[in-house]
Amino acid sequence: MASHRILPSPFSDPLRFDGAVRTKVTSRPVILLRRLVVRLVTHVLPLMLAIITGTFFLIHSAPGSFVEIMSSEMQVSDQAMIDRLSVTYGLDQPLWVQYLKYLKAVAQFDLGFSYRQNLPVIEAVLHHLPATLLLMISGILVALVAGVSAGAVAASRPNSFIDRALSMTGVFLFAAPGFWLGIMLIVLFGVTLGWLPIGDMRTIGADYGFFGNLLDVGYHLLLPALAMGLHQSAIYLRVTRTAMLQAATADYVKTARAKGLSEGTVILRHIFRNALLPIVTVLGLQFASVLSGSVVIEAVFNWPGIGSLLYDAVVARDYPMVLGIIILSSLVVITVNLVVDLVYAWLDPRIVLE
Amino acid sequence: MTDVFLRFTQNRLATAGLAILGLIGLIALSAPLLFPGDPLRIVAPALQPPLTDGYPFGTDALGRDMLAMIVHGTRTTLLIGVAAATTAILIGVTIGALAGYYGGVIGSLAGRLIELFQTIPGLVFLLAIVSFVGPQLIFVVLAIGIVSWESIARLTRAEFLAWRKRDFVLAGRAMGMTDARLIFGEILPNAIAPVIAVSTLSIAGAILVESGLSFLGLGDPSVSTWGRLVGEGRGLIRTAWYVCAIPGAAIVLTVFALSLVSDGLNDVLNPGSRR
Repeated sequence: MASHRILPSPFSDPLRFDGAVRTKVTSRPVILLRRLVVRLVTHVLPLMLAIITGTFFLIHSAPGSFVEIMSSEMQVSDQAMIDRLSVTYGLDQPLWVQYLKYLKAVAQFDLGFSYRQNLPVIEAVLHHLPATLLLMISGILVALVAGVSAGAVAASRPNSFIDRALSMTGVFLFAAPGFWLGIMLIVLFGVTLGWLPIGDMRTIGADYGFFGNLLDVGYHLLLPALAMGLHQSAIYLRVTRTAMLQAATADYVKTARAKGLSEGTVILRHIFRNALLPIVTVLGLQFASVLSGSVVIEAVFNWPGIGSLLYDAVVARDYPMVLGIIILSSLVVITVNLVVDLVYAWLDPRIVLE
Repeated sequence: MTDVFLRFTQNRLATAGLAILGLIGLIALSAPLLFPGDPLRIVAPALQPPLTDGYPFGTDALGRDMLAMIVHGTRTTLLIGVAAATTAILIGVTIGALAGYYGGVIGSLAGRLIELFQTIPGLVFLLAIVSFVGPQLIFVVLAIGIVSWESIARLTRAEFLAWRKRDFVLAGRAMGMTDARLIFGEILPNAIAPVIAVSTLSIAGAILVESGLSFLGLGDPSVSTWGRLVGEGRGLIRTAWYVCAIPGAAIVLTVFALSLVSDGLNDVLNPGSRR
């Protein structure tokens, strides 16, 4: 976000209105496209390069050689086999050759082979990614709906009882770890009341047809999404409240009221619209931590996503998988941030790239 | 300083938070007096419900006293939280200061490093580090620090950007002060106030991260923290859900109190940002 500036107002920019020199007006899709390309070159590529380089050094920082650990995991004792593994992973070559080879492999989405899943890492991750994304997006939706509406209500009556009560609830939800909130929800809705399933993504062995299965997944999704979303909603509550209180003091709000616009219009179109920007910013910033939260929530609810895969990989010391998940999950975060950045530019036309 | 304290105490919620924290700290310090001996020893029949005679929080699946385990867990949980947060603050303030003070290559490299750690999902990275170097306590503490400094760095950077062009800094530079003297002696004392408030919150963050790690059973196996107690009770939710609920409530209470104190500090130290 560092490299944007606010366009000068047409009234303060003599170049635009002196009739002789006109700056070229670029259409918005072109601006957005240009922004996309610049971001790809200046942000996405360097970040990915740094992450891949980091994982490369992580491999070499592990005690004992990579191949030793892998061979012991796979119960290989045959020296010829170990030598072959070394060749596959290029361990007999100088470090920089290994590094370049690794870069090339990752660039081609060859993230190695998981000896635990007995699958190429990329296949296993892609297989589990949709479940995680579904959980994350549902969690974010819960967080947004609960947090933004609570924040808006709190901001409409600052320092009232309801404001204080909502803020306290927010602090409580922030303080409650997602896994604990999840377990408490399971105890309440799954065990005591028996309304909702306590884990898994679908009823085992059941087939209700296409729509029935969708409903079944939704039914299983409710609790984990709630556990994730409630914890996150505290952040949106706070951001929305602050942003709306701040936007409410702006001159254009006074103008809008002076024009005699209804209170609803003022709040929705003048205050809320401007409060959206910080909310979108936080959405982008929080995405990585939502993914982190998903790892734990998946473990609680036995949700078949990346988190469960990662947990398995860590327990089994399945290093190619652990590294593959770091690289791919970072890629997901970077992609989402890129999208958020474009949405941001679209929401606020004043922001253009320098 | 007394002035700051007086204004802090006017915020009733923050004062309440501080009182809770004081109590928790006291419990942590006096744990060996309250419950001498090994808290993990078996003392009673398994799964006595809370409020049983002598065991106000009941016993777990092995017949260990829940209260004793939670009281001793206070020590480890707070210790790991404070140590990890200190690591995060040291890294975050250093990198944030570099990113904000210097332009050019150093500044943009530090800025990029912040962006990098904002991108990698913290817990994923934490699990990876722990799986590579092992779950020994010291590694866990350092690893949590390594994955949680980024928000402190961003704030420090913003503060340094705001202060570095002030007249007193320029004057200092004109007098021939070194960069280190300007950073630590001139700018940092002015920039530190909001960082202190966020640092309190980073202890809360570190406790939450550690509890997640221990809950998964991937923390140091020789250390019993609240998160691990929740994780151990997970299989019992049908029969004895209190085994999960109570240690979790201890986490909530501690993080809740830390958040209140952080809010209070922020209001006092950083009046401009009053919400």
